[in-house]
Amino acid sequence: MINPAVFTTTFLAAAVEIVEMVIIVVGVGTVRGWRSTLVGAASGLVILAALILALGMALTLVPIGVLRLVVGSLLFVFGLQWLRKGIRRVAANGFRGMGARAATDDDIPTHGMDWTAWLLAFKGVLLEGLEVTIIVVTFGAAARAFPSAALAAAAALVVIGGAGALARRAVERIPRSALQLLVGTLLSAFGTFWAVEGLGIAWPGEDLAIIALAAWYVIAAAAYIGRLRRHARQLTPQDRLVPQEAR
Amino acid sequence: MTISWLNRAATLSLRGLVAFGKFWYGFIIGDDWTVAAAVAAALAVTWLLHTAGVAAWWLPPLVAVAATGASLRRSG
Repeated sequence: MINPAVFTTTFLAAAVEIVEMVIIVVGVGTVRGWRSTLVGAASGLVILAALILALGMALTLVPIGVLRLVVGSLLFVFGLQWLRKGIRRVAANGFRGMGARAATDDDIPTHGMDWTAWLLAFKGVLLEGLEVTIIVVTFGAAARAFPSAALAAAAALVVIGGAGALARRAVERIPRSALQLLVGTLLSAFGTFWAVEGLGIAWPGEDLAIIALAAWYVIAAAAYIGRLRRHARQLTPQDRLVPQEAR
Repeated sequence: MTISWLNRAATLSLRGLVAFGKFWYGFIIGDDWTVAAAVAAALAVTWLLHTAGVAAWWLPPLVAVAATGASLRRSG
């Protein structure tokens, strides 16, 4: 049985990281050739799948109250981090995609394995995928809906990976900042809900409180984006340098 | 020979441990530790109020938004 809330949230969260992963793999593959790049990407995915399975099974053994307090607190803090990044990026750049990533094209071997391409793809998939792994495992375990979370991440990989294979430009245009902002509000809402529940405190309205929390964080994000934009308009042209992390 | 090999292994293990710690710090805490600290404090106070019989479910979301605003103000 699929849990729609867990599936949707995990799909969107996974999509944020997978967009970047696909752009790296497509960029490396285009410049350095596809065979080694795809082998590197597949190697990274095998490690991630094994990690998801092992950690997911281990976390089902932890009592649900403790799990929700620990995982909820982690998701709460992590979600607020994404919320901050999303607010800064949307305030600075609007809802545009992240654009192309440069890849180097020096010393490409004409035959055999291109270990640079393998390593670049492997590293890209593993590093970007590690966050997806942690989200899938923690989210799935806290909601006791691990299959829904794992399926959502796999679906995000198929959809965005397929889009990347068919049309690289389409993936580059996905508004990652806006997606990050949306996922930040959802992770913060679920994190707040589970952390407080883990303390043994019941929410008024039970599960409906998650919707209210998400709305609260959306309203706060909209207010902060407006404030940052007003602040940017008031700055002099010399002061109007975009902060490094907002790019 | 053995001592230098052991030293090298210890240095590599320490580097790995530091990198592991840095990954988790960056992943969970990120660029502003004060937000994580505010959330931890809010959850602790919420639990204390709950044990004293006061309904305090409203405190963590309130603190989270305030801490986010303060963080954005500092970095902006």
